[in-house]
Amino acid sequence: MANSPASRGSGIEPAGLAVDLRDVVKAYDNGVVALGPINLAVRRGEFVSLLGPSGCGKSTALRLIAGLSNPTSGTVEVARPARTENGRHPIGFVFQEPTLMPWATVRENVRLPLKLAHVSLSESSERIDAALAQVGLSEFAASHPRELSGGMKMRVSLARALVTDPDILLMDEPFAALDEITRFRLNNDLLALWRSLYKTVIFVTHSVFESVYLSQRVLVMTSRPGRIATEIGVETAEPRGEEFRTSADYAGYCRKVSEALAPAYSGQSA
Amino acid sequence: MIAPNASRSVAAPPSQGNGAARLVRLMLPIIVLAAGIGVWELVVRLDDIQPYVLPAPSAIFATLIRDWGVLSQSLLTTLLTTFEGFVAAAIGGVALALLFNLSKWLEYSLFPYAVVLQVTPVIAIAPLLLIYLSQSTAVVVCAFIVAFFPVLSNTTLGLSSVDRNLAGLFQLYGASPLQTLFFLKLPAALPFVLGGLRIAGGLSLIGAVVAEIAAGSAGAGSGLAYRIAESGYRLNIPRMFAALLLLSVAGIVIYGLLALTSHLLLRRWHESAIGKEN
Repeated sequence: MANSPASRGSGIEPAGLAVDLRDVVKAYDNGVVALGPINLAVRRGEFVSLLGPSGCGKSTALRLIAGLSNPTSGTVEVARPARTENGRHPIGFVFQEPTLMPWATVRENVRLPLKLAHVSLSESSERIDAALAQVGLSEFAASHPRELSGGMKMRVSLARALVTDPDILLMDEPFAALDEITRFRLNNDLLALWRSLYKTVIFVTHSVFESVYLSQRVLVMTSRPGRIATEIGVETAEPRGEEFRTSADYAGYCRKVSEALAPAYSGQSA
Repeated sequence: MIAPNASRSVAAPPSQGNGAARLVRLMLPIIVLAAGIGVWELVVRLDDIQPYVLPAPSAIFATLIRDWGVLSQSLLTTLLTTFEGFVAAAIGGVALALLFNLSKWLEYSLFPYAVVLQVTPVIAIAPLLLIYLSQSTAVVVCAFIVAFFPVLSNTTLGLSSVDRNLAGLFQLYGASPLQTLFFLKLPAALPFVLGGLRIAGGLSLIGAVVAEIAAGSAGAGSGLAYRIAESGYRLNIPRMFAALLLLSVAGIVIYGLLALTSHLLLRRWHESAIGKEN
């Protein structure tokens, strides 16, 4: 691997970028190219959505950024925070499923990243309380995951991602399995968290409406190999709220994104 | 006595109906047992069958009480063997599964031999073991051989069925191999391990009995199976039945204890334990 063209670094301080992918290609062992080549630069504090048909490599892109897999070629650069002690971790990851440990309480689940970083229990305690309060689950700290609804489990997953105070939040279709109303509520809560905590969010979704509602920038991807086809900026009065969802602006952006998405799946058999 | 209850439960509210149905389900095997014993007793008395042909249940019970001194001593011996074999199987099975999980090469090299050990009938291995090992060791080894495979294969399955995303999460947060083992793999494998132990409990009793029988024919030993063999030679049939009864009860108690342990450990989170409560 030493002479591989793929590399991973953190030399992107000055530009104010949180994530910078350059000419990144990810191929499977059998030679099939899953992703790329793509270029993706995300500014600090930005909320970006990756939108595309299933199998377009959206999740692969997130896994590359998280360092869970390595690019076949190209460079992946992620800004590292100046301080990483005390269980502070640059990246929080929220999966499509809640991905909780069923044998542990909500509190223990949220504590996991700190426990793995050997942060003492007394020091963790306050931060776990804060993370649980941020997602509105303080009363359920002692519950087991099976006692919670789907939406609540997702909130636990979000609290676990927030407990390390990450700069970057990677979310892989986190609300896809939830009903529409629960999803709307979680969308609003996520926007509120994003505004108050100033995180960089990269949000993978296959919902046109969700991507427009949440993000400042929607990147529409083509399928196999996944490439970024179009980029659509969503500019509207901030902070967004429910009134945005019913506005003409919103409808217009949804139409624009839908139009951009059409060629991505037109030739594809479902 | 049962019929009116059952017919009333049809009209009763569901909870009451369930209660009655549960009672019937609990009572049925007991009624079958009582009826079987009754018929047995009746047939022996009416046909005047001699105890060395078929002893009546009352005669077996009387023997159980009369010979309690000898039988309880033998029961203790067999239980101790079973327990030692079971503990060895539990520790050995889990430990080997952990090694397999750490190294695929080790698994590929050794797993076939674990299977060979499993499929070779222990009754055929026991006489060989008795040649090379002291008798007390040989019986424990037999109990171990029979019991350890279900622990090994279940734990192996459990360790490899860890949620892929959870494993990814541990990787993301830089978990060490030991942390991954103790905080992720072992808890995730626990229901599988407990399932394996539940099977192993009964099997180690079988292994102990088989070895005792093999050893008994070689002329030594004092476990329950040896009592059965010995009583057979002396045509002391009631004692054979009494010893058999004790073995069955021992097996049931072992299974019950392990099932209870499993339930207590899993009831807060695992589907298998939750289903029974609701």
